[in-house]
Amino acid sequence: MTTNQSSIQHKSDIPFYRDERVLQIIAQVVSAVLIIGAVIWAIMNFLKAAEARGMTLTLGFLKEAAGFPISNPPIDYDPSMSFGRAFLVGLVNTLRVSVFGVIGATILGTLLALARLSTNWLLSRIALAYIEFHRNIPLLVLLFIWYFTVFAKLPKVQESIAWPGPVYVNLRGFYITWPRLTETSQPFVISIGIGILLAIIVYVILRRRREIAGKETHYSRISLGIVMIFPLIGWFLCTGSPLWLDVPILEGFNFRGGLRFTPEFAALFVGLTMYTAAFIAEVVRAGIQAVDRGQVEAARAVGLSTGQVLSLVVMPQALRVIIPPMISQYLNLTKNSSLALAVGFQEVFSVGKITINQAGRAVPVFALVMVTYLTMSLLTSFVLNLYNRRIQFVMR
Amino acid sequence: MTETTTNEVIISCKGVHKWFGDFHALRGIDMDVHKGEVIVIFGPSGSGKSTFIRTLNRLEEHQEGDIIVDGIELSHDVRNIEKIRTETGMVFQQFNLFPHLSVLKNITLAPIWVRKWPKDKAEKVAMELLERVGIPEQAQKFPGNLSGGQQQRVAIARALAMQPQIMLFDEPTSALDPEMIKEVLDVMVELAQSGMTMLVVTHEMGFARAVADRMYFFDEGLIVESGTPHDIFHNPQEDRTKLFLSQILQH
Repeated sequence: MTTNQSSIQHKSDIPFYRDERVLQIIAQVVSAVLIIGAVIWAIMNFLKAAEARGMTLTLGFLKEAAGFPISNPPIDYDPSMSFGRAFLVGLVNTLRVSVFGVIGATILGTLLALARLSTNWLLSRIALAYIEFHRNIPLLVLLFIWYFTVFAKLPKVQESIAWPGPVYVNLRGFYITWPRLTETSQPFVISIGIGILLAIIVYVILRRRREIAGKETHYSRISLGIVMIFPLIGWFLCTGSPLWLDVPILEGFNFRGGLRFTPEFAALFVGLTMYTAAFIAEVVRAGIQAVDRGQVEAARAVGLSTGQVLSLVVMPQALRVIIPPMISQYLNLTKNSSLALAVGFQEVFSVGKITINQAGRAVPVFALVMVTYLTMSLLTSFVLNLYNRRIQFVMR
Repeated sequence: MTETTTNEVIISCKGVHKWFGDFHALRGIDMDVHKGEVIVIFGPSGSGKSTFIRTLNRLEEHQEGDIIVDGIELSHDVRNIEKIRTETGMVFQQFNLFPHLSVLKNITLAPIWVRKWPKDKAEKVAMELLERVGIPEQAQKFPGNLSGGQQQRVAIARALAMQPQIMLFDEPTSALDPEMIKEVLDVMVELAQSGMTMLVVTHEMGFARAVADRMYFFDEGLIVESGTPHDIFHNPQEDRTKLFLSQILQH
């Protein structure tokens, strides 16, 4: 026994250079020093080179006059305004196309996924063909196809396509008759707000009553009624009509008035939405298929209808699988909107590109563009991750 | 054997055929089940026994023959299918509880959304059922936190919550560890004695001996033999029945 014991090495006997705990700490310290050193060296080197070439890295130039036009700006803009203002116009354009794109792609993608999973052979094959087409062609090519073969081939202003009602489509864009608020519309606007708020409250309360008391409370119908009746009351409280119709009118060589979308916006929006929808369709399909078949059988066996099986049993479980890759798709769509450069839609990146040419400040502009995208992406994933964590928690 | 059997026919099957592609899974099944009867269906795997009870609530569609459940003909009429599903409860081999809902919500889901019961009534009934299957203290837990035997008892409570006329059991103890089989069988025995009409696909011969009114031996999509447990165990007529029983009763 004693001889055995002496051959066993005690914990305290391990030399530090063989102790895995010590070795791990050393590895961490060494790699941290190397990485931080490399970054500091790169920055110093860059600053020295920039100084030698007389480059200024400040953002002061943003206050100077931009001098270049932006077509159909969503907020007030003319070339005498600053670079900063031009950048803001680009940002609003990026947000506009991204928000509409995300909404459009989610709806289209979900419908495509349901079609793909449908037992209807024709529907399922059409969805498959759509998805494979869009997944296997580069987005840039798709944008070119939409722009150069469809939206840039629209007729000249004088030969505008006039759809039923005063809606005009031509090379300059889509002109849609749009109701706009008059100066005396305040009661109308307020009543819409109150109506929506009240409808939501009534919906929640009556739906709970329906669940707790089990009596049919017609919650959807009642809240729908509230949403429709309140604006009507507001309408009659206004002196005169709260809305006027902004009708596009041909004046000389162009249309004036109405709601206008440029062909560039249309090409980017349609291209991005249809492309991303194909990926979202696969994400949603994967999520639905990840739900065990037994779940559907059990739900059907207790008598739930097809719609209830989907909304009460399948979707809540599928979302847990769908949300994380869905976040990536939303970020991709936002970042891919920078391909707008190719079709001449002026969002953050194309405004940044012109600014570089005009002001000659490549580094600060690129930094600004990168920080902008980074901020948008981080905000999006932060919000969606919060939601994701909430539904994951319900599972346990 | 239960004393609760009546003369009223609640399930009537005539010449039921079912194909999976080229595979002829059910080759003409005739069966009448009386109200309150406990039927045990057994046979080798692939014999069509699971497929058969799954056609009774239309989880599988039969292509030929007639199935009438509680006076309702099982046809392509969606309303008939939904009605039959509310009259039949089903318990699966893999439990199939809804993992995103608590035990209580698993049980109240269908009564609230299909039967349109008030929530407190549905919860009261659910708690009574959990009491009956012996796990009222698990009501607020999620299925993932329960043992297999507890999950299967919740699944039985979930099926009973719709107050069905008929209970279908598709190999309810096959996925359970041995020590949990008894707790599930105890619940099923109690259910049988309360007068529930039950169709049970199982190889638990002890259960069959204790409560079955009739047993059906399935092989290759056909009913090979049927009779009381006494007849089947002590006086089987067919060679295939004898062989199968000798294989499962050996140890």
